[in-house]
Amino acid sequence: MRGIRRAFPGVVALDGVDFTLRSGEVHALMGENGAGKSTLVKVLTGVHPRDAGEVRLNGSLIHPASPQDAQALGISTVYQEVNLIPGLSVAENIMLGRLPRRWGRIDWGAVNRRAEVAMGRLGLDLDVTQPVGSCSIAIQQMTAIARALDVQAKALILDEPTSSLDAQEAQNLFSVIRKLRDEGLGIVFITHFLGQVYDIADRITVLRNGKLVGEYETASLPRLELVARMMGRDPDEVAALESARPADAAKAEERKPFLSVRGLGRRGSIRPFDLDVAQGEVVGLAGLLGSGRTEAARLLFGADRAETGSVTAGGRSGAPGSCREAIAWGLGFCPEDRKAEGIVPNLSVRENIALALQARRGVLRRLSRKQQTEIADRYIRELNIVTPDAETPIRSLSGGNQQKALLARWLAADPRLLILDEPTRGIDVGAKFEVAKAIEELRAAGMAILFISSELEEVVRSCGRVAVLRDREKIGELAGPDVSAQGIMATIAGSQPKGSTEAEVRL
Amino acid sequence: MKRPAPRLITSSPPHLLMPLAALALVLLYDALTIPGFFHVEMRDGHLFGSLVDILNRGAPVLLLALGMTLVLSTGGVDLSVGAVMAITGAMAAGLIARPEGFVLAGLDLHGSAPAIVAVSLVAGLAAGLFNGALVAFADVQPIVATLILMVAGRGVAQLLTAGQIITFEHPGFQFLGSGFVAGLPFPVTVAVAMFLVTAALSRGTALGLFVEAVGDNPTASRFAGVNARMVKLLVYGFCGLCAGIAGLIGTADIKAADANNAGLYMELDAILAAAIGGTSLSGGRFYLSGTLVGALLLQTLTTTILTKGVPPVLTLVVKAAVVVAVCLLQSPKFRSVAGRRFRREAT
Repeated sequence: MRGIRRAFPGVVALDGVDFTLRSGEVHALMGENGAGKSTLVKVLTGVHPRDAGEVRLNGSLIHPASPQDAQALGISTVYQEVNLIPGLSVAENIMLGRLPRRWGRIDWGAVNRRAEVAMGRLGLDLDVTQPVGSCSIAIQQMTAIARALDVQAKALILDEPTSSLDAQEAQNLFSVIRKLRDEGLGIVFITHFLGQVYDIADRITVLRNGKLVGEYETASLPRLELVARMMGRDPDEVAALESARPADAAKAEERKPFLSVRGLGRRGSIRPFDLDVAQGEVVGLAGLLGSGRTEAARLLFGADRAETGSVTAGGRSGAPGSCREAIAWGLGFCPEDRKAEGIVPNLSVRENIALALQARRGVLRRLSRKQQTEIADRYIRELNIVTPDAETPIRSLSGGNQQKALLARWLAADPRLLILDEPTRGIDVGAKFEVAKAIEELRAAGMAILFISSELEEVVRSCGRVAVLRDREKIGELAGPDVSAQGIMATIAGSQPKGSTEAEVRL
Repeated sequence: MKRPAPRLITSSPPHLLMPLAALALVLLYDALTIPGFFHVEMRDGHLFGSLVDILNRGAPVLLLALGMTLVLSTGGVDLSVGAVMAITGAMAAGLIARPEGFVLAGLDLHGSAPAIVAVSLVAGLAAGLFNGALVAFADVQPIVATLILMVAGRGVAQLLTAGQIITFEHPGFQFLGSGFVAGLPFPVTVAVAMFLVTAALSRGTALGLFVEAVGDNPTASRFAGVNARMVKLLVYGFCGLCAGIAGLIGTADIKAADANNAGLYMELDAILAAAIGGTSLSGGRFYLSGTLVGALLLQTLTTTILTKGVPPVLTLVVKAAVVVAVCLLQSPKFRSVAGRRFRREAT
């Protein structure tokens, strides 16, 4: 693929990206969420037409117009969410759409024989007539792969195939992948798990913000460098980056602890973790996108129910069973996905700002229109929210101003601990600065803040302490002088925060 | 904020424009083609005329539509309101006539109309809360949850009446259907009162804000701490209560409870009235004033069709055509497409 470009309304998802897959190799496609991996795959498989660039298969130009088209050309895909029909048998799922017929009827004997052969190729021997829904996720994954391979595939794309597998199942999958690679297939492997990339991939292509960062041999790309590339910075520059931070960490012991988390976890979400946040302290949650930061916040806030562990906050303890309970404990949560989980789009800025406070007061103690307007106008002024007036529907505001309005929603409700999940994503520099300023003021006023961000400078600038996550697990905590972009990246990459810049390849 | 006075004038709600225009058109048509349509006269201190009749006949639909508006706003729907009308009607008729085989035959209210009304409305409220519990706590899809009572409700009504059509004479209770207050039919008074109650309940408390927030973005509302389950339970309960009142009016009017036909297909008129009034079926903003106009438009249409002597087989089709037109005109997408085409042809 050469010079691929694909734009969606308002955003260029891919801009001049090159990608080369050779037969007989496993090629990892790396990048944070939104880097353009999925779009690249979708262009390759004909889901999206490309705006510019060319795709060649064995030297000849191809223009796949649909996934079926791409499949006929030999490009098969197994998507992140397994697309199987649970009620049908393993064999039916594998053969669906190309069931062999005889005398106009479906030849079930042939269906099952061919399915058995397909599964056998993956080293699996099982009853292909059982419904897929009753199989484990790993078997379902294999079924999806078998379906992709049953057509004469030359290239196989695996989008996050291991995200719902445990370690042993993932290893089984890898041995299948290696077998297929040795048979001469080209395999594109997309994952968030760094360790797996070094286990299986021969080469790595890194994307960032829709642009190609580079293509590397796995063996010649140390982990730290890979992390740095994904985050969009030069590792040397990072190493040289001076940590000019306020030395407020020393006072940490004097602060009154507010939130204490012990062993909070949920299967498939995040492994049990501990965390403490004191009043007047900003604690960062750092890690690559998809490392479990949001999941940790959701458990804390009761948006997902924790399976293990407990939270102590505001003198109460337990695992919050609902957002309402967490709010009653004094927590607030600005979610990452502003559109889907933050704003109530058709309601006015005033109503959006008043919502959390009103919910806290209950249905009967209504804030009068006048009170709501006063609150809204105050925050519009203080946070410099750009809007014609408080009655404008919030959906017509820019992203940064929506974010500030959501911040205002929580400030109005006056929580004691505020969780900010990517509060600066997709907003312009001015708005970022204002959000950062607001965070510092809140901290100074004694609020406890849990700050989640992909932008390391922001984390380093704002946070006295940083918990580092990787692969849905808390792997370390940095405090005081150790909080630096380099330290965080080194921790993610798996080496010691200080000293060596060369990462270890194996955990 | 800086200019509160102009805002009140300029924000003449756009959602009211189309239904009001449609209503005006139908009334204009009536004025031109039906002699004496606008004639209202005082007879024995009571107002009579086609307009009064429209208000009177439209009252039950408006009552249903008030509750329905709030339910739709949460992103739900209540298909059972017609059946709930049948239940409360059967309840009231049974309590009055106390026929052989009536389930509550042992309950003697001594013919007290307020007690009969109260007990019957409790049944309506309970039906609504049942819907609400299914939707809010069992997470059943609203259309399925209320479909249960839409079908089963008529069964319950038949059980109450032991499968008979109960007829009765009870002047006190009949006042609900055919009485007059200040010259206006009593159902109109009830409907106006319930309109005010609904407005006070939804806009005088934070319920309206919560309802709209839950309907517009359930996840964001949950994260903001809105108790969506309680909100839904309340709203469905209120919808059941409204349906109960409508059922009592219907029963009092015909002095009989017919479990099979009371309120039949009325849920559709209620949904239409709300939709015409600008409340989105996918949840979010609701407009009680729009619902009021919507209900009036539907009844005006029905009365017009009946008065014009359109063959009964055509009645529903004519009504449907007008409703489709209004709904299309309400849709911003249709308006923009149609507007573009119109401009292109004009040039």
